[in-house]
Amino acid sequence: FKLGLDAAPRFIGFINVDLQTDAMLQVDISDALSERDKVKFTVHTKSTLPNFKQNEFSVVRQHEEFIWLHDSFVENEEYAGYIIPPAPPRPDFDASREKLQKLGEGEGSMTKEEFTKMKQELEAEYLAIFKKTVAMHEVFLCRVAAHPVLRKDLNFHVFLEYNQDLSVRGKNKKEKLEDFFKNVVKSADGVLVAGVKDVDDFFEHEKTFLLEYHNRVKDASAKSDRMIRSHKNAADDINRIASSLYTLGTQDSTDLCKFFLKVSELFEKTRKIEARIAADEDLKLADLLKYYLRESQAAKDLLYRRSRALVDYENANKALDKARAKNRDVLQAETSQQLCCHKFEKISESAKQELIDFKTRRVAAFRKNLVELAELELKHAKGNLQLLQGCLGILKGNT
Amino acid sequence: MTHTAGTFLFSLFFLCLASSVEYVESSQPASLAAEDISTNSNGPKQDSLFDDDPEDLFAEATEEVSLDSPERDVLLSDGPSPAITPITPPTSVITPLAKYTKCIFFPVIEEEEGGDSFDIHISVSDPEKVGEYMTSISLFKRNEFAVKRRFSDFLGLHSKLASKYLHIGYIVPPAPEKSIVGMTKVKVGKEDQSSNEFVEKRRSALERYLMRTVKHPILLKDPDVLQFLESSELPRAVSTQALSSAGLLRMVNKAADAVNKMTIKMNESDAWFEEKQQHFENLDVQLRKLHTSVESLVCHRKELSVNTAQFAKSAAMLGNSEDHTALSRALSQLAEVEEKIDQLHQDQANADFYLFSELLGDYVRLLTAVKGVFDHRMKTWQKWQDSQMLLQKKREAEAKLQFTNKPDKLQQAKDEIKELEGKVQQGERDFEQISKTIRKEVSRFEKERVKDFKTIIIKYLESLVQTQQQLIKYWEAFLPEAKAIS
Repeated sequence: FKLGLDAAPRFIGFINVDLQTDAMLQVDISDALSERDKVKFTVHTKSTLPNFKQNEFSVVRQHEEFIWLHDSFVENEEYAGYIIPPAPPRPDFDASREKLQKLGEGEGSMTKEEFTKMKQELEAEYLAIFKKTVAMHEVFLCRVAAHPVLRKDLNFHVFLEYNQDLSVRGKNKKEKLEDFFKNVVKSADGVLVAGVKDVDDFFEHEKTFLLEYHNRVKDASAKSDRMIRSHKNAADDINRIASSLYTLGTQDSTDLCKFFLKVSELFEKTRKIEARIAADEDLKLADLLKYYLRESQAAKDLLYRRSRALVDYENANKALDKARAKNRDVLQAETSQQLCCHKFEKISESAKQELIDFKTRRVAAFRKNLVELAELELKHAKGNLQLLQGCLGILKGNT
Repeated sequence: MTHTAGTFLFSLFFLCLASSVEYVESSQPASLAAEDISTNSNGPKQDSLFDDDPEDLFAEATEEVSLDSPERDVLLSDGPSPAITPITPPTSVITPLAKYTKCIFFPVIEEEEGGDSFDIHISVSDPEKVGEYMTSISLFKRNEFAVKRRFSDFLGLHSKLASKYLHIGYIVPPAPEKSIVGMTKVKVGKEDQSSNEFVEKRRSALERYLMRTVKHPILLKDPDVLQFLESSELPRAVSTQALSSAGLLRMVNKAADAVNKMTIKMNESDAWFEEKQQHFENLDVQLRKLHTSVESLVCHRKELSVNTAQFAKSAAMLGNSEDHTALSRALSQLAEVEEKIDQLHQDQANADFYLFSELLGDYVRLLTAVKGVFDHRMKTWQKWQDSQMLLQKKREAEAKLQFTNKPDKLQQAKDEIKELEGKVQQGERDFEQISKTIRKEVSRFEKERVKDFKTIIIKYLESLVQTQQQLIKYWEAFLPEAKAIS
């Protein structure tokens, strides 16, 4: 289905609170359409930069095109010294779609009210997943647009402006295999490189910190997901309990019928709150952790690239010494060494700033989300309490 | 024979405040021949209450009183069940008690027709593991009694009550179910949480069972009940042992009765009964459904508790590795909050279970007993009809005999007819009696049901209120910590 997103809540807050509206370049996803097995995002740009033909324009992009853009950053040597904003996760409606299908199959076995109720809930779930995937894609674009260097990237501009299909196909088998080997080499190297103690204290500290942090965020993300899922399950149970109580209330001939109906009504309301709690925890906690899982990986990748450059630099030094000793190809060795040195220093310089910014962003994002989480938990608990006490008052008054 | 595993003895704390309590012993049943009710003997036998015999392992593993088992069927194998006329009410009034420990089940003041009211509180507590021979202790302290009973004693009590009262239309509360798995774990000596939970579950169930039994004005006066509550030693409930001949006979009779039930077609002259039966059918279906949902909630709430605890640990680790001091502290605080919340979920899950789920479970089982009495009424009707048909046949045969010259046979036929006429009259009386009893019982049952549900559901909602209040406290404490991150 189609989704008009102008009124939708923005999730971008958690990546960069200082994402001030830059007059130079503003990007957002103004609309999205979910079709059978793909999602079409309408990417909307407002810019005063001379590079663009117009000041305001929109294009339609799919997930693969976002990945293409991300990969082009990663593969660009010029950007080796930056934390590349993590790619948005693939839209995954499989679980939700499966549930809707199962519901359709089981339509005969439940009452009309039950069916309608469940259908509404599943549709709400689908919508929530949909909004989330839109937000993730938007966050990616906003991070790029906010980055002083990446925003000038040509591929980025093509992505934003070119109103035809970018003809970016998914990677074929061969390319996927290449990626696989690249990653294998990287992780082997990663071990090698991680072992080398860095002369620079700052980077040494960052390395130790990031390695541990990344693992712990991964764990926390998984555990928070499980916790939230249990919460959703409990809310579903309360839903069923409310329905049963309603039936009991309509059937009973004693005093209990009013009683049951009142309690059923109460549980209907409280379970909506419980579902909202789970949704808010998902947004403020689980998504936050997931995002920083990906960003901490991107930061690790940056450190890796720097380490590689360092190794290359050290090798070039050794080669130069050898060349000088043999007095052969000295000039060649010298230029090579100078290049490596330059590359390493450039990366180190920008990496330092990137990592400092990363910390600032992270702290701000956690602060914002933890505060909002606590506020929402409070709001919902108070709401629940009010409902419960109200109902109790009525029930006790009548008995 | 010694082994360390043993059964649990439950302390029955029987409180009964009164200046004097008189219980009239059951008078001999007027109508039927007085059968030997030695199984209901009042004199305690001095032997084998605490023997560890090889069958002990299965003492609790006797017939499963399952949800679907026809409770209604009379446990005929204990010997013929005489119709016992109810005992006259006690002559004194007992004043209500204020508070007692560990009983979730609040008794209600019974109003009898004569205006007599009495209130009895029972708490089942202190499950003790009995390994070897143990003396039982009876406390006499201002009309407070404490006795020790084992699980099979409770089952034995129920078995006796069922055999005496079910078939004449009284709704006898069903006893808690046996659990071979649970009990074996306990016997094996596992001291873990699940066996503790099992014991607590059982203790609570026994308490509710007893309370329901004594709330019944007729059952309270039954000598077996009184003996159960008061006697320092109880004769071992032999007939509840597995694989005993009594047990086997019971199973056979159950099967036979099930077949019989299917073939009874009753001409219902009283719409009330049909209506009520339908009502209980519907109630049964809905309660089972609700029970399933609540059980699911209990399960998920427990899961939530476990997952929250795990998340708390994870958040603490994350806080440790975070190198920004203020954020690190806030994450540790978050971990603490979540740890407290996980305990909250655990407590709520217990309330979900002990208040809501067990209430529903109890009523599903009670409804089986209710359906049982309706079935017994049908059987009583059938018996009456059978007698009538037999009488008819005999009369026809006698008429034929009139024309033959067989004075002996004729006399015999006349005698048989006389006897059958008596039977038919009795059958009709029995049917009317059971119908009357059931009407009263159903009315009492419905009143109880309303009270029970209202009381317990209100208690349950109060537990939910408490949880929310705690949550508010925890998050209010955390919020300034989160804001303090800079």
